[in-house]
Amino acid sequence: MDLSVTIAGLRLKNPILTASGTFGYGLEFTPYGDLKALGGIVVKGLSWEPREGNPMPRIAETPCGMLNAIGLQNIGAREFVEKKLPHLPWAEVPVIANLYACDAEEFARLAEYLAAQEGVAALEVNISCPNVRAGGVLFGQDPVQAAQVTRAVKARSGTKPVIVKLSPNVTDITAIAKAAADAGADALALINTLTGMAVDIRTRRPRLANVVGGLSGPAVKPVALRCVHQVCRAVDLPVLGMGGISSAEDVLEFILVGASAVQVGTANFLRPDMSFRIAAQLPTLLHELNVSSWEEFRGALQTWI
Amino acid sequence: MPDPVSPEEASSKPPLHPTCEETTVVSLTPVGPSIDIAAGADKPLWLLDLVLPNWGRWRPGQFVMLRPAAWGLDPLWARPFSICMAEAGVLRVFFQDVGRGTAALTRIRPGERVVVWGPLGTSFAIRPQTPTLLLAGGMGLAPFIGYARVHPDLTDLHLILGHRQDQACYPLNLLPEGLSKEIMRQQSEEELQAFVEHLERKVLDYAVRDGLVLACGPHPFLRAVHGLALRHGVKTQLSLENRMACGVGACLGCVTEAAQGPPVRVCNQGPVFWATDIKL
Repeated sequence: MDLSVTIAGLRLKNPILTASGTFGYGLEFTPYGDLKALGGIVVKGLSWEPREGNPMPRIAETPCGMLNAIGLQNIGAREFVEKKLPHLPWAEVPVIANLYACDAEEFARLAEYLAAQEGVAALEVNISCPNVRAGGVLFGQDPVQAAQVTRAVKARSGTKPVIVKLSPNVTDITAIAKAAADAGADALALINTLTGMAVDIRTRRPRLANVVGGLSGPAVKPVALRCVHQVCRAVDLPVLGMGGISSAEDVLEFILVGASAVQVGTANFLRPDMSFRIAAQLPTLLHELNVSSWEEFRGALQTWI
Repeated sequence: MPDPVSPEEASSKPPLHPTCEETTVVSLTPVGPSIDIAAGADKPLWLLDLVLPNWGRWRPGQFVMLRPAAWGLDPLWARPFSICMAEAGVLRVFFQDVGRGTAALTRIRPGERVVVWGPLGTSFAIRPQTPTLLLAGGMGLAPFIGYARVHPDLTDLHLILGHRQDQACYPLNLLPEGLSKEIMRQQSEEELQAFVEHLERKVLDYAVRDGLVLACGPHPFLRAVHGLALRHGVKTQLSLENRMACGVGACLGCVTEAAQGPPVRVCNQGPVFWATDIKL
């Protein structure tokens, strides 16, 4: 079958993208697969100025998952555009810039700069990072602020699609989803990490210097599926689903509950060719399940009653 | 202060075409005293042999990420290991049971499948006609086995191994014959102090002779060597280890403090750093 999907006017050759923060700037993975075989690449979250990130330790392994508190260490938008983007095959695979800022005005300025780059196909607005003090997840926990940031970015991104990335650390994720949708978001991406914590009873210290961090990996998949399911029913926007995807089966689970595409995140750490393998395995699985088109399968979850 | 590093320097080059492949366990061998562990002898260290993946080249000091296929989704991360040897179709790593992942690795059997990515990271400089001091702290011996085996002139090299466990735990038989070496055990504070003083005399000697010092070992050991290197201005490379999720520069979980500028990634800007480029 034709694996391609179109999200907010953006044509992807398949629905497998890489999640921000787990795939570097893309170039780190060129030894392990052909970037052009992916549906899209979402690069590490970019801020206007370079950021050094949080103190070490920043990562901790947990059962079927991991915690991270990287704190958005990144080279800054300008360095990305000048040094990384030219080396990415952006003409053949959409490169989506994930962006983070401390206030709506800075979000807008960053969005304008990134959207103006020919090699940037779309913007993914991070209103859900749990690991930074200013802004971050706060924008994503308040519908008013989520809408404000979405509007600010949308106003300055020209024709480039704006994807808003949502936090699961809320009572009702559909309220934030609706706010972003009403403010003009072209698509939604979910979920970002769940806030969590790990401690060491021998040293009596938290395992992360930041004390708390974001939980990701297969452990969060049920939460992610629930969130995607709820948002797809509440909002009429394409959804990029993510959270614990580590196989082609997982991809179809997210599409079954309504996602238009997915992002592979932490599983890229299980082996660096993971996203390429999942993309390669998808056609066989679809054939095995007699799926003939995405339209037929997407959101086709049948409830019991 | 050491000379600036030329761009040709081995350790400053990016990794050479690493691959990610599933390979097979050839053998797992405990290295240690042949007395019952229950009798109070040290726990063995381990040599793990795998069928060598289809690499082009590798350099001593580089590392691999290993993840047994049987792990499924847990433990989640692969584990990084310095390449001890990669020759005659065999990739060999030397490891110690220090946690959940390495404990699981001590139970692996011949024939089991392991996902391997590498060779990764920077490597130790090999400088002809340069007196080169290899400083290994315990498990830090691993990369120097490979280093000594591929070095073009053994007479340039001198190895000092400082260790706590029984000497029988270290596969000294893998070092090339004729390698000049000192093996020193530290079981008390006094012995440790004496060892550090010996290191200082040696480092000073190599500074005077415009030699090269290479070090690998636990963090306190590296910190001591780092301090000596800066104090005496001898060209020194240190191989760091850190917790890593990806090993390829994506997760930013393994960073360490740079002498200047933003934190550097141990995985793909290291693991081998010039002492002058980092803070410890």
